[in-house]
Amino acid sequence: MSWQQVIFDLIIALILVFVLITGFAYMTFAERRVVALMQVRIGPNRVGPFGLLQPLADGIKLLFKEDIVPTQADKPVFALAPMFSLFIALVAFAVIPFTVAFSFTISGNHIAFSGALADLNIGVLYVFAATSLAVYGIVLGGWASNNKYSLLGGIRSSAQVISYELALGMSVVGVLEITGSLKLTDIISFQAHHIPNIFWQPLGFVIYCIAAIAEVNRAPFDLAEAEQELVAGYHIEYSSFRFAMFFMAEYINMITVSAFATTVFLGGPLGPFTIIWPWLSGLIWFLIKVVILLFIFIWLRATLPRVRYDRLMTLGWRWLIPLALLNILATAVVVALTA
Amino acid sequence: MPRNAFLEGTTAIVKGMALTFATMFKKKTTVQWPEQREGVKPRYRGRHVLERYDNGLEKCIGCELCAGACPADCILVEAAENTDTNRVSPGERYARRYEINMSRCIFCGLCEEACPTGAIVLKHDYELADFDIPHMIYTKEMMLVPDPRVVKEKLDRLAQEAGAIR
Repeated sequence: MSWQQVIFDLIIALILVFVLITGFAYMTFAERRVVALMQVRIGPNRVGPFGLLQPLADGIKLLFKEDIVPTQADKPVFALAPMFSLFIALVAFAVIPFTVAFSFTISGNHIAFSGALADLNIGVLYVFAATSLAVYGIVLGGWASNNKYSLLGGIRSSAQVISYELALGMSVVGVLEITGSLKLTDIISFQAHHIPNIFWQPLGFVIYCIAAIAEVNRAPFDLAEAEQELVAGYHIEYSSFRFAMFFMAEYINMITVSAFATTVFLGGPLGPFTIIWPWLSGLIWFLIKVVILLFIFIWLRATLPRVRYDRLMTLGWRWLIPLALLNILATAVVVALTA
Repeated sequence: MPRNAFLEGTTAIVKGMALTFATMFKKKTTVQWPEQREGVKPRYRGRHVLERYDNGLEKCIGCELCAGACPADCILVEAAENTDTNRVSPGERYARRYEINMSRCIFCGLCEEACPTGAIVLKHDYELADFDIPHMIYTKEMMLVPDPRVVKEKLDRLAQEAGAIR
């Protein structure tokens, strides 16, 4: 593990963080534009060419806002909760392979890149661990605000997240059964030799998608942060940059969940033909797939009405979890018979 | 065949999503201000003007009925007597001072309805935004329409000059 390799990995890590944060910013812009187009209007197109500097304007506006901390709030926790949410959201992306493996030699030193920043052999488990930790940010944010409604919003949101975590995890177990490995690059190579996993695990994919939308608190499962019902839920009392951090955490979670879906079900950086260099081609295919999934997130938000909270919980516990278990059982039987 | 909630629900979602997707490609109703300006309806209540008669006299007789009718209490009228040497309006009085506080005006048009001579009229100008609130107190000079005799004279002179050039 030469120091050149370490430097390279550090550079990739910094680029990744930068890309995620810029991706978040333009995700908000894309959302406003796409939702507007679906509502027979155009979104923001005034700030910069075609409105492309809108996220910058929004960011600057948010930073100028007054940072209000409630007097009776638990100040250390109040400060830490959004930071924690954002940290976990960013960190979960570390194992996602966003390009194919490549290596090169620079002045006699061999530098290898596996496609993901950290290609852990328990990659899938790592992603689920990170998304599970995200609950802390929500619950602590709701609690530390010293506001009944904030607490209620935080509790509802965290109950929703932990319920759907189960379905999310179990929907991927089917893929693990056929691939036989938790390592994300192994799952990609499996899909390179066979067709993408969405064809082997269609039910798993559907369950994953529904559970992912509920995990990220996105429409139609966004009751916990609904402006109309709970006045923004667990982040009511947060203003200025603290709110921006919660906001960033939510959108980056959305990007991570989409990226994980493309890795596990859609073949990640694989694509029908190579564009110039393999690593560039892998990156482009990965981005195309993630962008399509993010578009579907926005499309669902523009179309569907909000699901009532008790129906949301019913869906998670009484339908998705049994279906996911059934999927695991059926896949296990097929794998055992065909092995 | 018995109704299946799952099938109905899924069909509804798919149809809804197809509709929103198709809407993305339809013509949008947004009017891009300031490059495009949509016209307003004939009875649109915009900025106020103080009208004149064709002989140049002001229609406003300083009766202060508009100030009384205003629900936002934003009109100030100071009446003064018309003298033989200074005749501003046909009648006994005229408005020496007429101010409307546009930051309080709700553009309801009750002043227009209350006016007995049709002096205060709401026209179609709606682009009244400003950064400076004191600028929003519109005085009589700002709202009074130009003297039609002066306007006619200028137009005639311009037409004459245009005719002479040709």
